Amino acid sequence: MSPWLEKQLHLIDFTLASLGRRKTKNIGLLVAYTLIVFVLASLTLFTHALRSEATFVLASSPEVILQRMVAGRHDLIPPDYIEKIGRLRGVQKKEGRLWGYYYDPVLNANYTFMARPADEVKDGYIMVGNTLARERGLAAHNTISFRSYSGKLFTFEVSAVLSPDSELLSADLVLLSENDFRKFFEYPAGHFTDIALSVANPQEVRNIAAKLSSSLPDSRPILREEVLRTYQSVFDWREGIVLTVLAGAILAFAILAWEKASGLSAEEKREIGILKAIGWETGDVIRMKSWEGLLISLTAFLLGFIAAYVHVFHLGAAVFEPVLKGWSVLYPSFTLVPTIDGLQIATLFFFTVFPYTAAVLVPIWRAAITDPDAVMRA
Amino acid sequence: MRPSTFAISGLAILSLAAAALLANPGQAREAEQKLADNRALVEKYGLTDLALFTEARYTRHPSQADLHSAFQDHPGALEHFPSGSLLAPRPSALKPHEPLAGKTTTPD
Repeated sequence: MSPWLEKQLHLIDFTLASLGRRKTKNIGLLVAYTLIVFVLASLTLFTHALRSEATFVLASSPEVILQRMVAGRHDLIPPDYIEKIGRLRGVQKKEGRLWGYYYDPVLNANYTFMARPADEVKDGYIMVGNTLARERGLAAHNTISFRSYSGKLFTFEVSAVLSPDSELLSADLVLLSENDFRKFFEYPAGHFTDIALSVANPQEVRNIAAKLSSSLPDSRPILREEVLRTYQSVFDWREGIVLTVLAGAILAFAILAWEKASGLSAEEKREIGILKAIGWETGDVIRMKSWEGLLISLTAFLLGFIAAYVHVFHLGAAVFEPVLKGWSVLYPSFTLVPTIDGLQIATLFFFTVFPYTAAVLVPIWRAAITDPDAVMRA
Repeated sequence: MRPSTFAISGLAILSLAAAALLANPGQAREAEQKLADNRALVEKYGLTDLALFTEARYTRHPSQADLHSAFQDHPGALEHFPSGSLLAPRPSALKPHEPLAGKTTTPD
Protein backbone atom coordinates (compact mmCIF):
# COMPACT_ATOMS: atom_id res chain seq x y z
CA MET A 1 0.00 0.00 0.00
CA SER A 2 1.36 3.43 -0.88
CA PRO A 3 2.42 5.57 2.08
CA TRP A 4 -0.04 8.27 1.02
CA LEU A 5 -2.99 5.85 1.11
CA GLU A 6 -1.78 4.34 4.39
CA LYS A 7 -1.63 7.84 5.87
CA GLN A 8 -5.19 8.63 4.72
CA LEU A 9 -6.47 5.37 6.22
CA HIS A 10 -4.83 6.21 9.55
CA LEU A 11 -6.37 9.68 9.39
CA ILE A 12 -9.79 8.12 8.78
CA ASP A 13 -9.23 5.73 11.69
CA PHE A 14 -8.39 8.66 13.91
CA THR A 15 -11.36 10.71 12.63
CA LEU A 16 -13.76 7.86 13.35
CA ALA A 17 -12.37 7.43 16.85
CA SER A 18 -12.72 11.18 17.41
CA LEU A 19 -16.32 11.12 16.09
CA GLY A 20 -17.00 8.14 18.39
CA ARG A 21 -16.02 10.20 21.42
CA ARG A 22 -18.96 12.56 20.70
CA LYS A 23 -21.27 9.79 19.58
CA THR A 24 -24.69 11.22 20.47
CA LYS A 25 -23.99 14.63 18.97
CA ASN A 26 -22.64 13.20 15.73
CA ILE A 27 -25.37 10.59 15.32
CA GLY A 28 -27.95 13.32 15.91
CA LEU A 29 -26.31 15.46 13.24
CA LEU A 30 -26.17 12.53 10.81
CA VAL A 31 -29.87 11.75 11.35
CA ALA A 32 -30.93 15.40 10.86
CA TYR A 33 -28.68 15.71 7.81
CA THR A 34 -30.03 12.46 6.28
CA LEU A 35 -33.61 13.58 6.90
CA ILE A 36 -33.08 16.90 5.14
CA VAL A 37 -31.48 15.19 2.13
CA PHE A 38 -34.32 12.63 2.18
CA VAL A 39 -37.05 15.28 2.09
CA LEU A 40 -35.35 17.42 -0.55
CA ALA A 41 -34.45 14.41 -2.72
CA SER A 42 -37.98 12.97 -2.37
CA LEU A 43 -39.45 16.27 -3.48
CA THR A 44 -37.08 16.54 -6.44
CA LEU A 45 -37.55 12.93 -7.54
CA PHE A 46 -41.33 13.03 -7.08
CA THR A 47 -42.01 16.24 -8.99
CA HIS A 48 -39.55 15.38 -11.73
CA ALA A 49 -41.03 11.89 -12.24
CA LEU A 50 -44.61 13.20 -12.17
CA ARG A 51 -43.74 16.04 -14.55
CA SER A 52 -41.98 13.72 -17.02
CA GLU A 53 -44.77 11.17 -16.86
CA ALA A 54 -47.45 13.84 -17.44
CA THR A 55 -45.48 15.35 -20.33
CA PHE A 56 -44.91 11.96 -21.93
CA VAL A 57 -48.42 10.55 -21.71
CA LEU A 58 -50.31 13.79 -22.38
CA ALA A 59 -48.23 14.38 -25.51
CA SER A 60 -50.80 12.23 -27.30
CA SER A 61 -53.86 14.15 -26.06
CA PRO A 62 -55.96 15.89 -28.77
CA GLU A 63 -54.09 18.65 -30.65
CA VAL A 64 -56.95 21.13 -30.29
CA ILE A 65 -60.05 21.01 -28.12
CA LEU A 66 -62.74 23.48 -28.97
CA GLN A 67 -65.07 24.60 -26.22
CA ARG A 68 -68.01 26.96 -26.56
CA MET A 69 -68.43 29.75 -24.06
CA VAL A 70 -71.66 31.49 -23.09
CA ALA A 71 -71.37 34.44 -20.69
CA GLY A 72 -67.90 33.26 -19.73
CA ARG A 73 -69.01 29.74 -18.93
CA HIS A 74 -68.42 26.49 -20.74
CA ASP A 75 -71.56 25.58 -22.71
CA LEU A 76 -72.73 22.70 -24.91
CA ILE A 77 -71.79 22.57 -28.58
CA PRO A 78 -75.04 22.98 -30.60
CA PRO A 79 -75.80 20.59 -33.50
CA ASP A 80 -74.72 22.87 -36.39
CA TYR A 81 -71.45 23.94 -34.78
CA ILE A 82 -69.24 21.23 -36.27
CA GLU A 83 -70.56 22.10 -39.74
CA LYS A 84 -69.86 25.78 -39.07
CA ILE A 85 -66.19 24.98 -38.60
CA GLY A 86 -66.31 23.81 -42.20
CA ARG A 87 -63.26 22.49 -43.94
CA LEU A 88 -60.09 23.78 -42.40
CA ARG A 89 -56.87 22.99 -44.18
CA GLY A 90 -54.70 20.73 -42.04
CA VAL A 91 -57.51 19.38 -39.83
CA GLN A 92 -57.68 15.63 -40.27
CA LYS A 93 -60.58 14.81 -38.00
CA LYS A 94 -63.30 16.67 -36.10
CA GLU A 95 -65.01 14.72 -33.40
CA GLY A 96 -67.73 15.84 -31.01
CA ARG A 97 -66.98 14.52 -27.53
CA LEU A 98 -69.41 13.73 -24.76
CA TRP A 99 -68.18 13.81 -21.21
CA GLY A 100 -69.22 15.23 -17.87
CA TYR A 101 -69.14 14.84 -14.13
CA TYR A 102 -71.31 12.79 -11.84
CA TYR A 103 -71.37 13.18 -8.08
CA ASP A 104 -71.76 9.85 -6.33
CA PRO A 105 -73.28 10.33 -2.86
CA VAL A 106 -72.14 6.81 -1.84
CA LEU A 107 -68.46 7.79 -1.93
CA ASN A 108 -68.98 11.56 -1.79
CA ALA A 109 -66.80 11.68 -4.89
CA ASN A 110 -67.01 13.00 -8.42
CA TYR A 111 -66.66 10.65 -11.37
CA THR A 112 -65.83 11.60 -14.94
CA PHE A 113 -68.32 10.02 -17.33
CA MET A 114 -67.19 9.74 -20.92
CA ALA A 115 -69.11 8.39 -23.91
CA ARG A 116 -67.37 5.89 -26.19
CA PRO A 117 -68.45 4.43 -29.54
CA ALA A 118 -70.79 1.41 -29.46
CA ASP A 119 -68.07 -0.97 -30.66
CA GLU A 120 -66.06 -0.22 -27.51
CA VAL A 121 -68.77 -0.11 -24.86
CA LYS A 122 -72.21 -1.62 -25.46
CA ASP A 123 -75.45 -0.10 -24.16
CA GLY A 124 -76.05 -1.10 -20.55
CA TYR A 125 -72.34 -1.67 -19.89
CA ILE A 126 -69.61 0.50 -18.41
CA MET A 127 -65.83 0.35 -18.08
CA VAL A 128 -64.47 1.86 -14.87
CA GLY A 129 -61.13 3.13 -13.60
CA ASN A 130 -59.30 1.01 -11.08
CA THR A 131 -59.51 3.49 -8.17
CA LEU A 132 -63.27 3.76 -8.54
CA ALA A 133 -63.59 -0.03 -8.82
CA ARG A 134 -61.52 -0.47 -5.67
CA GLU A 135 -63.45 2.11 -3.64
CA ARG A 136 -66.85 0.77 -4.73
CA GLY A 137 -65.73 -2.89 -4.57
CA LEU A 138 -66.43 -3.50 -8.26
CA ALA A 139 -65.08 -6.18 -10.56
CA ALA A 140 -65.93 -7.23 -14.12
CA HIS A 141 -69.54 -8.49 -14.51
CA ASN A 142 -70.73 -6.75 -11.32
CA THR A 143 -73.66 -4.41 -11.65
CA ILE A 144 -73.86 -0.89 -10.25
CA SER A 145 -76.67 1.65 -10.14
CA PHE A 146 -76.36 5.42 -10.39
CA ARG A 147 -79.20 7.85 -9.76
CA SER A 148 -79.09 10.37 -12.57
CA TYR A 149 -79.56 14.13 -12.07
CA SER A 150 -83.17 13.70 -13.20
CA GLY A 151 -83.78 11.24 -10.36
CA LYS A 152 -84.04 8.08 -12.47
CA LEU A 153 -82.05 5.01 -11.46
CA PHE A 154 -79.76 3.49 -14.11
CA THR A 155 -78.17 0.08 -13.71
CA PHE A 156 -75.00 -0.84 -15.59
CA GLU A 157 -72.91 -3.97 -15.82
CA VAL A 158 -69.16 -3.51 -15.51
CA SER A 159 -67.65 -4.97 -18.68
CA ALA A 160 -64.05 -4.27 -17.67
CA VAL A 161 -61.93 -2.47 -15.11
CA LEU A 162 -59.19 -0.30 -16.65
CA SER A 163 -55.58 -1.28 -16.01
CA PRO A 164 -54.22 -0.37 -12.54
CA ASP A 165 -51.14 0.98 -14.32
CA SER A 166 -53.27 3.77 -15.76
CA GLU A 167 -54.73 4.94 -12.44
CA LEU A 168 -52.98 8.29 -12.64
CA LEU A 169 -55.10 9.03 -15.72
CA SER A 170 -58.22 6.97 -15.24
CA ALA A 171 -58.86 6.88 -11.47
CA ASP A 172 -62.41 8.24 -11.65
CA LEU A 173 -63.24 7.39 -15.26
CA VAL A 174 -66.54 5.75 -16.24
CA LEU A 175 -66.78 4.87 -19.93
CA LEU A 176 -70.27 4.22 -21.27
CA SER A 177 -72.03 4.14 -24.62
CA GLU A 178 -73.21 7.33 -26.29
CA ASN A 179 -76.87 6.29 -25.97
CA ASP A 180 -76.50 5.63 -22.26
CA PHE A 181 -74.63 8.90 -21.76
CA ARG A 182 -77.35 10.93 -23.48
CA LYS A 183 -80.12 9.14 -21.56
CA PHE A 184 -78.34 9.35 -18.22
CA PHE A 185 -77.63 13.10 -18.40
CA GLU A 186 -80.70 13.86 -20.58
CA TYR A 187 -78.33 15.48 -23.02
CA PRO A 188 -80.14 17.30 -25.82
CA ALA A 189 -79.93 15.40 -29.13
CA GLY A 190 -77.09 16.44 -31.42
CA HIS A 191 -75.31 18.44 -28.70
CA PHE A 192 -71.75 17.70 -27.59
CA THR A 193 -69.55 18.71 -24.66
CA ASP A 194 -66.65 19.86 -26.81
CA ILE A 195 -64.94 19.11 -30.09
CA ALA A 196 -61.56 17.40 -30.48
CA LEU A 197 -59.60 18.25 -33.64
CA SER A 198 -56.70 16.26 -35.01
CA VAL A 199 -54.10 18.31 -36.83
CA ALA A 200 -51.51 16.57 -38.97
CA ASN A 201 -48.82 19.23 -38.93
CA PRO A 202 -47.82 20.61 -35.51
CA GLN A 203 -46.72 23.88 -37.17
CA GLU A 204 -50.32 24.45 -38.28
CA VAL A 205 -51.95 24.15 -34.84
CA ARG A 206 -51.68 27.84 -33.93
CA ASN A 207 -52.97 28.98 -37.33
CA ILE A 208 -55.92 26.65 -37.01
CA ALA A 209 -56.66 27.94 -33.51
CA ALA A 210 -56.52 31.52 -34.83
CA LYS A 211 -58.90 30.64 -37.67
CA LEU A 212 -61.29 28.95 -35.26
CA SER A 213 -61.28 31.98 -32.95
CA SER A 214 -62.10 34.30 -35.81
CA SER A 215 -64.78 32.16 -37.46
CA LEU A 216 -66.41 31.15 -34.17
CA PRO A 217 -65.94 34.08 -31.77
CA ASP A 218 -67.76 32.29 -28.93
CA SER A 219 -65.34 29.37 -29.06
CA ARG A 220 -62.26 28.77 -26.94
CA PRO A 221 -59.60 26.59 -28.51
CA ILE A 222 -57.30 24.76 -26.07
CA LEU A 223 -54.07 23.58 -27.65
CA ARG A 224 -52.13 20.50 -26.64
CA GLU A 225 -49.10 22.64 -25.86
CA GLU A 226 -51.26 24.56 -23.36
CA VAL A 227 -52.24 21.28 -21.70
CA LEU A 228 -48.58 20.36 -21.40
CA ARG A 229 -47.67 23.83 -20.14
CA THR A 230 -50.42 23.56 -17.53
CA TYR A 231 -48.83 20.45 -16.09
CA GLN A 232 -45.36 21.95 -16.12
CA SER A 233 -46.62 24.90 -14.10
CA VAL A 234 -48.77 22.73 -11.81
CA PHE A 235 -45.73 20.79 -10.65
CA ASP A 236 -43.45 23.83 -10.46
CA TRP A 237 -46.08 25.46 -8.26
CA ARG A 238 -46.47 22.40 -6.06
CA GLU A 239 -42.71 21.98 -5.67
CA GLY A 240 -42.56 25.63 -4.69
CA ILE A 241 -45.31 25.24 -2.10
CA VAL A 242 -43.64 22.25 -0.44
CA LEU A 243 -40.28 24.03 -0.52
CA THR A 244 -41.86 27.06 1.16
CA VAL A 245 -43.31 24.83 3.85
CA LEU A 246 -39.93 23.15 4.27
CA ALA A 247 -37.98 26.41 4.24
CA GLY A 248 -38.12 26.68 8.04
CA ALA A 249 -36.77 23.16 8.52
CA ILE A 250 -34.04 23.68 5.93
CA LEU A 251 -32.96 26.93 7.59
CA ALA A 252 -32.96 25.28 11.01
CA PHE A 253 -30.73 22.55 9.64
CA ALA A 254 -28.45 25.07 7.97
CA ILE A 255 -28.03 26.84 11.32
CA LEU A 256 -27.37 23.53 13.11
CA ALA A 257 -24.85 22.38 10.53
CA TRP A 258 -23.15 25.75 10.41
CA GLU A 259 -22.95 25.93 14.18
CA LYS A 260 -21.59 22.39 14.37
CA ALA A 261 -19.17 22.84 11.52
CA SER A 262 -17.87 26.33 12.11
CA GLY A 263 -17.84 26.69 15.89
CA LEU A 264 -15.31 24.50 17.62
CA SER A 265 -16.12 23.20 21.05
CA ALA A 266 -13.48 23.64 23.79
CA GLU A 267 -12.93 19.89 23.69
CA GLU A 268 -12.22 19.95 19.95
CA LYS A 269 -9.87 22.88 20.38
CA ARG A 270 -7.97 21.04 23.09
CA GLU A 271 -7.79 18.00 20.83
CA ILE A 272 -6.23 20.06 18.05
CA GLY A 273 -3.80 21.62 20.52
CA ILE A 274 -2.68 18.19 21.75
CA LEU A 275 -2.31 16.89 18.19
CA LYS A 276 -0.15 19.89 17.29
CA ALA A 277 1.85 19.50 20.48
CA ILE A 278 2.64 15.85 19.74
CA GLY A 279 3.88 16.75 16.30
CA TRP A 280 0.92 16.82 13.87
CA GLU A 281 1.30 19.32 11.08
CA THR A 282 -1.39 21.92 10.28
CA GLY A 283 -2.01 20.07 6.98
CA ASP A 284 -2.65 16.79 8.81
CA VAL A 285 -5.18 18.42 11.14
CA ILE A 286 -7.00 19.98 8.19
CA ARG A 287 -6.94 16.69 6.29
CA MET A 288 -8.33 14.86 9.31
CA LYS A 289 -11.20 17.36 9.65
CA SER A 290 -11.91 17.27 5.91
CA TRP A 291 -12.34 13.53 6.22
CA GLU A 292 -14.73 14.12 9.09
CA GLY A 293 -16.88 16.53 7.03
CA LEU A 294 -16.78 14.32 3.98
CA LEU A 295 -17.64 11.12 5.86
CA ILE A 296 -20.65 12.70 7.57
CA SER A 297 -22.00 14.57 4.56
CA LEU A 298 -21.41 11.77 2.05
CA THR A 299 -23.04 9.15 4.30
CA ALA A 300 -26.00 11.47 4.91
CA PHE A 301 -26.36 12.23 1.20
CA LEU A 302 -26.21 8.59 0.09
CA LEU A 303 -28.55 7.37 2.85
CA GLY A 304 -30.99 10.23 2.22
CA PHE A 305 -30.98 9.72 -1.54
CA ILE A 306 -31.51 5.95 -1.38
CA ALA A 307 -34.30 6.36 1.19
CA ALA A 308 -35.93 9.03 -1.00
CA TYR A 309 -35.76 6.79 -4.08
CA VAL A 310 -37.42 3.91 -2.23
CA HIS A 311 -39.99 6.29 -0.74
CA VAL A 312 -40.97 7.85 -4.07
CA PHE A 313 -40.74 4.91 -6.46
CA HIS A 314 -41.58 1.96 -4.23
CA LEU A 315 -43.71 3.34 -1.41
CA GLY A 316 -45.79 5.76 -3.51
CA ALA A 317 -44.43 8.94 -1.85
CA ALA A 318 -46.31 8.22 1.37
CA VAL A 319 -45.00 11.35 3.10
CA PHE A 320 -46.44 13.66 0.43
CA GLU A 321 -49.70 11.75 0.11
CA PRO A 322 -51.66 13.75 2.71
CA VAL A 323 -50.64 17.01 1.01
CA LEU A 324 -51.43 15.70 -2.45
CA LYS A 325 -54.69 14.03 -1.57
CA GLY A 326 -56.47 17.22 -0.60
CA TRP A 327 -60.14 16.51 -0.61
CA SER A 328 -59.96 13.89 -3.27
CA VAL A 329 -61.86 10.85 -2.14
CA LEU A 330 -60.74 9.01 -5.23
CA TYR A 331 -57.02 9.45 -5.07
CA PRO A 332 -55.21 7.15 -7.48
CA SER A 333 -52.62 4.81 -6.05
CA PHE A 334 -49.84 5.00 -8.56
CA THR A 335 -46.23 3.97 -8.81
CA LEU A 336 -44.21 6.49 -10.73
CA VAL A 337 -41.82 5.46 -13.44
CA PRO A 338 -38.33 6.22 -12.11
CA THR A 339 -36.93 9.08 -14.13
CA ILE A 340 -34.06 10.95 -12.59
CA ASP A 341 -32.69 14.28 -13.65
CA GLY A 342 -28.91 13.98 -13.20
CA LEU A 343 -28.51 17.74 -12.96
CA GLN A 344 -31.01 18.00 -10.11
CA ILE A 345 -29.24 15.25 -8.17
CA ALA A 346 -25.86 16.87 -8.85
CA THR A 347 -27.25 20.20 -7.60
CA LEU A 348 -28.59 18.53 -4.47
CA PHE A 349 -25.21 16.84 -3.95
CA PHE A 350 -23.37 20.11 -4.41
CA PHE A 351 -25.61 22.04 -2.03
CA THR A 352 -25.60 19.40 0.72
CA VAL A 353 -22.12 17.84 0.67
CA PHE A 354 -19.86 20.76 -0.25
CA PRO A 355 -21.04 23.54 2.10
CA TYR A 356 -20.73 21.29 5.14
CA THR A 357 -17.30 19.99 4.19
CA ALA A 358 -16.15 23.53 3.46
CA ALA A 359 -17.68 24.99 6.62
CA VAL A 360 -15.69 22.52 8.71
CA LEU A 361 -12.37 23.78 7.35
CA VAL A 362 -12.26 27.49 8.24
CA PRO A 363 -12.33 27.21 12.09
CA ILE A 364 -10.04 24.21 11.98
CA TRP A 365 -7.51 26.09 9.93
CA ARG A 366 -7.74 29.02 12.35
CA ALA A 367 -7.24 26.74 15.37
CA ALA A 368 -4.54 24.72 13.65
CA ILE A 369 -2.32 27.70 12.83
CA THR A 370 -2.42 29.03 16.39
CA ASP A 371 0.22 28.06 18.90
CA PRO A 372 -0.71 24.70 20.53
CA ASP A 373 -0.14 26.11 23.98
CA ALA A 374 -2.56 29.01 23.38
CA VAL A 375 -5.16 26.66 21.86
CA MET A 376 -5.00 24.26 24.81
CA ARG A 377 -5.26 27.07 27.38
CA ALA A 378 -8.18 28.82 25.60
CA MET B 1 -11.40 -4.87 10.79
CA ARG B 2 -9.93 -1.38 10.87
CA PRO B 3 -12.57 1.35 11.33
CA SER B 4 -11.38 3.02 8.11
CA THR B 5 -11.89 -0.20 6.09
CA PHE B 6 -15.33 -0.51 7.60
CA ALA B 7 -16.25 3.13 6.80
CA ILE B 8 -14.89 3.01 3.25
CA SER B 9 -16.62 -0.29 2.47
CA GLY B 10 -19.86 1.13 3.92
CA LEU B 11 -19.61 4.20 1.69
CA ALA B 12 -18.71 2.03 -1.32
CA ILE B 13 -21.77 -0.18 -0.74
CA LEU B 14 -24.02 2.88 -0.42
CA SER B 15 -22.54 4.41 -3.59
CA LEU B 16 -23.03 1.15 -5.50
CA ALA B 17 -26.62 0.92 -4.26
CA ALA B 18 -27.29 4.51 -5.40
CA ALA B 19 -25.65 3.82 -8.78
CA ALA B 20 -27.71 0.63 -9.18
CA LEU B 21 -30.88 2.62 -8.52
CA LEU B 22 -29.87 5.20 -11.12
CA ALA B 23 -29.31 2.56 -13.79
CA ASN B 24 -31.91 -0.19 -13.45
CA PRO B 25 -32.34 -1.76 -16.88
CA GLY B 26 -34.87 -4.44 -15.89
CA GLN B 27 -37.22 -1.91 -14.39
CA ALA B 28 -36.72 0.50 -17.28
CA ARG B 29 -38.17 -1.88 -19.86
CA GLU B 30 -41.24 -2.52 -17.73
CA ALA B 31 -41.64 1.19 -17.08
CA GLU B 32 -41.35 2.05 -20.77
CA GLN B 33 -44.12 -0.42 -21.55
CA LYS B 34 -46.33 1.12 -18.86
CA LEU B 35 -45.71 4.63 -20.19
CA ALA B 36 -46.41 3.53 -23.76
CA ASP B 37 -49.68 1.87 -22.66
CA ASN B 38 -50.75 5.00 -20.83
CA ARG B 39 -49.89 7.14 -23.81
CA ALA B 40 -52.03 4.88 -26.00
CA LEU B 41 -54.87 5.19 -23.48
CA VAL B 42 -54.64 8.99 -23.61
CA GLU B 43 -54.75 8.89 -27.41
CA LYS B 44 -57.64 6.42 -27.55
CA TYR B 45 -59.91 8.24 -25.11
CA GLY B 46 -58.66 11.75 -25.86
CA LEU B 47 -57.77 12.37 -22.21
CA THR B 48 -56.33 15.75 -21.28
CA ASP B 49 -55.58 15.61 -17.56
CA LEU B 50 -54.25 13.58 -14.67
CA ALA B 51 -56.84 12.30 -12.20
CA LEU B 52 -55.09 13.78 -9.15
CA PHE B 53 -57.83 15.95 -7.62
CA THR B 54 -61.38 14.92 -8.46
CA GLU B 55 -63.38 17.25 -6.24
CA ALA B 56 -64.03 20.14 -8.63
CA ARG B 57 -63.97 20.41 -12.39
CA TYR B 58 -61.19 22.97 -12.40
CA THR B 59 -59.00 20.66 -10.31
CA ARG B 60 -59.96 17.46 -12.16
CA HIS B 61 -59.34 19.04 -15.58
CA PRO B 62 -57.16 22.09 -14.93
CA SER B 63 -56.15 22.30 -18.57
CA GLN B 64 -59.79 22.57 -19.67
CA ALA B 65 -60.93 25.10 -17.08
CA ASP B 66 -60.74 28.84 -17.54
CA LEU B 67 -59.34 31.36 -15.07
CA HIS B 68 -62.75 32.14 -13.57
CA SER B 69 -64.01 28.59 -13.11
CA ALA B 70 -62.82 28.47 -9.51
CA PHE B 71 -64.92 31.53 -8.61
CA GLN B 72 -68.03 31.19 -10.71
CA ASP B 73 -70.51 29.69 -8.29
CA HIS B 74 -72.11 33.09 -7.77
CA PRO B 75 -71.02 36.70 -8.21
CA GLY B 76 -68.30 37.47 -5.69
CA ALA B 77 -67.81 33.77 -4.90
CA LEU B 78 -64.64 32.62 -3.21
CA GLU B 79 -62.93 29.42 -4.18
CA HIS B 80 -63.72 26.75 -1.63
CA PHE B 81 -61.76 23.66 -2.62
CA PRO B 82 -58.39 23.43 -0.84
CA SER B 83 -56.67 21.71 -3.75
CA GLY B 84 -57.06 24.99 -5.60
CA SER B 85 -54.09 26.16 -3.56
CA LEU B 86 -52.01 23.24 -4.81
CA LEU B 87 -52.95 23.79 -8.44
CA ALA B 88 -51.81 26.96 -10.13
CA PRO B 89 -54.08 28.31 -12.83
CA ARG B 90 -53.02 27.63 -16.39
CA PRO B 91 -50.08 29.87 -17.24
CA SER B 92 -51.66 30.89 -20.52
CA ALA B 93 -54.89 31.79 -18.76
CA LEU B 94 -53.02 34.44 -16.82
CA LYS B 95 -51.83 36.09 -20.00
CA PRO B 96 -54.24 37.33 -22.65
CA HIS B 97 -53.94 34.81 -25.50
CA GLU B 98 -50.54 36.05 -26.65
CA PRO B 99 -50.13 34.08 -29.86
CA LEU B 100 -53.68 34.68 -31.04
CA ALA B 101 -54.00 38.30 -29.92
CA GLY B 102 -52.87 39.88 -33.14
CA LYS B 103 -54.62 37.40 -35.36
CA THR B 104 -58.21 37.50 -34.17
CA THR B 105 -60.58 40.27 -35.07
CA THR B 106 -62.68 39.83 -31.95
CA PRO B 107 -61.40 39.50 -28.41
CA ASP B 108 -61.17 35.95 -27.03
